[in-house]
Amino acid sequence: MRPALGGGLHRFANPGRFLRMTGAVMQWLWGGAILVLGTGIVWGLAFAPPDWQQGETVRIMYVHVPMAWLAMGGYTGLVVVSILSLVWRHPLADLAAREMSPVGAAVTGLCLATGSLWGKPMWGTWWVWDARLTSVLILFFLWLGHAALVRAFDEPERGARAGAILALIGGVNVPIIKFSVDWWNTLHQPASVTRFAAPGLHVDILYPLLTCALGFTLLFAALILARARSAVMERRIRGLELASARRHDSGRVPQGAPA
Amino acid sequence: MTRKHRRLMILGLCALGIGSATALTLTAFQDNLVFFRSPSDIAREAPPGGRAFRLGGLVENGSVERTLGNDGRPNASFRVTDGANTIPVTYTGVLPDLFREGQGVVTLGRLSPDGTFRASEVLARHDEAYMPPDVADALRRSGHWNPNQGPPPAASTWNTRSGS
Repeated sequence: MRPALGGGLHRFANPGRFLRMTGAVMQWLWGGAILVLGTGIVWGLAFAPPDWQQGETVRIMYVHVPMAWLAMGGYTGLVVVSILSLVWRHPLADLAAREMSPVGAAVTGLCLATGSLWGKPMWGTWWVWDARLTSVLILFFLWLGHAALVRAFDEPERGARAGAILALIGGVNVPIIKFSVDWWNTLHQPASVTRFAAPGLHVDILYPLLTCALGFTLLFAALILARARSAVMERRIRGLELASARRHDSGRVPQGAPA
Repeated sequence: MTRKHRRLMILGLCALGIGSATALTLTAFQDNLVFFRSPSDIAREAPPGGRAFRLGGLVENGSVERTLGNDGRPNASFRVTDGANTIPVTYTGVLPDLFREGQGVVTLGRLSPDGTFRASEVLARHDEAYMPPDVADALRRSGHWNPNQGPPPAASTWNTRSGS
């Protein structure tokens, strides 16, 4: 008997059904992302109060923190699809993993860049090798490595397999990033939102931050789904081209006639 | 046991192995993973003389003295505390904007024989609290918080409070 999880997901393995079902979702995803992110950015940059000691510089947070959450949350997603790929051999899991890593690398790169821009005026340095910053840099290299590895093989299946194994091994880094600020002392301050105590942000700063985070998450999902859809379509076009070339070769269609 | 179950088992065992290997490695390198040492760490075990290390803690209230050196470079002396122990620090150069009494700092330098820490770099380390200026003013006026003495009180007491 097939396990319920894998079996249920196998309905989406049909490319035609995948394109139909995601096509209906796409416009809502784009629309929601633009609406929520637009609201969050305007709220955060124009209406939210400055911080009492950091002043206006604190507004970098409205980009930096969502990017950090997406970098780690996205990588957790990559670990999940890698398990689906290795255990259930789900073709969509390979596709999702392949399309996730470039976006994940971009998001992690933005997290590092905005963090650096924020660190210089506040801490007094662009970069230090403390446990939090270093583990996020490792995450950036894991994303890049995954993106490169899945594309490095002639047979896509072998690339997907190697990428999934790399993603799973790199998974140990996610809890290290999250708890680095608690386990060791670092220059980076501990978590303000994702902690057991009440959030260390005033609600006037917290709410626009959560809105931005939701908006960036919708955008992240929309980008990955759009990439996955175009990959499926690309594969279909290649299949059609191959089929038509084969028809030419076998001579069933006369030379010069429209295929 | 189906092939899927077997693959899931193998994966679980691998995860367990990698997880425990990482945990053991990180525990073994615990001392090297900390970014700075507190005054109490130094009091317990002073690093060998002349070795550079990072000292971190809060700038003690009332301890900051700024002077101008003969060459026109700003000098600062202050004490770094973690509550239990305190170490005097001297530094020549420009301090970060967030530097103040009660703020966290991480300084890089060497301990001189007289017990003074001569810093060549001072970085500000702020806490995880973010609040609008009027809320901070209100907390100060009502006597709930003196920023010169350290981080603000528990966030639940102020994070929905209005400024006036």
